[in-house]
Amino acid sequence: MYPEQYRYTKEHEWIDVQGETGTMGITHHAQNELGDIVYVDLPKIGAAIEQGKSLGSVESVKAVSDIYSPVTGEVVEINEALSTAPEKLNLDPHGEAWLVKVKLTKPEELSDLMSAADYQSYIGA
Amino acid sequence: MAQTSSALKQTPLNSVHRQMGARMVDFGGWDMPVQYSGIVDEHHAVRRNAGIFDVSHMGEIIIRGPQAFDLVNYLTPTLVSKLKNGQAQYSALLYEHGGFVDDILVHKVNDTEYFLCVNASNQDKDYAHILEHKGIFDAEVDFASERYALLATQGPRAIETLSKLTTADLNAVKYYHFIDGEIAGIPARLARTGYTGEAGFETYVAPDQAEKLWKAILEAGQEFGLKPAGLGARNTLRLEAAMALYGHEITASINPFEAGLTRIVKFEKEDFVGRAKLLEIQEKGVTRLLTGFEMTERGIGRDGYEVFLDGNPAGWVTSGGPSPTLNKNIGLCYVPVSHSQPGRLIQIMIRNQPVDAVTRPVPFYKRAN
Repeated sequence: MYPEQYRYTKEHEWIDVQGETGTMGITHHAQNELGDIVYVDLPKIGAAIEQGKSLGSVESVKAVSDIYSPVTGEVVEINEALSTAPEKLNLDPHGEAWLVKVKLTKPEELSDLMSAADYQSYIGA
Repeated sequence: MAQTSSALKQTPLNSVHRQMGARMVDFGGWDMPVQYSGIVDEHHAVRRNAGIFDVSHMGEIIIRGPQAFDLVNYLTPTLVSKLKNGQAQYSALLYEHGGFVDDILVHKVNDTEYFLCVNASNQDKDYAHILEHKGIFDAEVDFASERYALLATQGPRAIETLSKLTTADLNAVKYYHFIDGEIAGIPARLARTGYTGEAGFETYVAPDQAEKLWKAILEAGQEFGLKPAGLGARNTLRLEAAMALYGHEITASINPFEAGLTRIVKFEKEDFVGRAKLLEIQEKGVTRLLTGFEMTERGIGRDGYEVFLDGNPAGWVTSGGPSPTLNKNIGLCYVPVSHSQPGRLIQIMIRNQPVDAVTRPVPFYKRAN
């Protein structure tokens, strides 16, 4: 369920770092808690994002939730498909429904994040 | 993720919801199911087939005695005198200043007994309000919430479902009427009322019979596609039907004229709590009106968001969210009377960004028959 190579936040985001770029998304646990996702608000390409700060939001039928960035960096790609098909976040949050790709400027921040095992024990899975 | 507090109140079906895998939330101090299979799925089930809701958190107050009518008539702005035995009426409890204590359903059992269904989070306040205004009326006010569980079965297949469980002719019970009978072998008050915009019944039973009835309805409805539904779908359904929710569309600082509920204020009747002030308000006219809207740009206007007109704050959203039936983002808001007609452009402030919307007639959804 929770890929080993990903790193996780307490706010239920994940990041998969390859070289100096990280792909990030929200976790299965997060999508399950939110329920039917109907709207995703993402930053623009080139936007500077900061660890722990909101980079956008996800809305389910019942509520809005901020997405907090796991790392500091610059947005290099966004998942455009989510603007027309936000429900993909309920179906494949760790894969097809990634949110943004970011160029890390402080890779040392990764040590602040949880491993898959730690995250699962954090959510009581 | 919210922790379940031991202080939360529970309905008699609490453990059933948990066993069935419902997601539970704190709803005004009650531990209630917000969803089972998912809000959208449950919403469609109710619009297309049927759904069953546990709404046992709702309150019941019974007014009994020789002057039961006079007391209820004094407490509410509606024509209680029009009610026949076995008939219900949408009404309200109002403050002297014209604002809402609560919106309620008045059921006339007989000349000396009226059964009020009130909102869960308002029931203690309602009871106190009623006692405060009881005065010299010869009537007893019976706070009966703990003696009733309430299950709402709603949707185009709801009546078919319930008819399998009773010998009563449910089709003969008209909208906003009720009968006292038996369902699944359980004594029940069966009221043809609801909060979804669909046909259906709300069934009042003793708390210790709630689980038996819940299971019987689930089983009877299975062949029709009936699903258990939570408060999430209840909210999207009532929003499409533009039914008011206390604390949102109606509050202590909102009067019936502003809320689009002029029809519940009957000045031609005897004196009632709030009458003098409401007459004054009617003469002066109101400055804001509850209005439907639909987002025309990407974004969802949600409860509490500000409404802007020409760049200035001019109102607020009372309820808003996606409409699964219409596949649009809809809502209700208070705006100045000048912008309350359908087709006006307004903006909703969503996270500090003005997003375009247009006012729309309500209800957003009305069933075909």
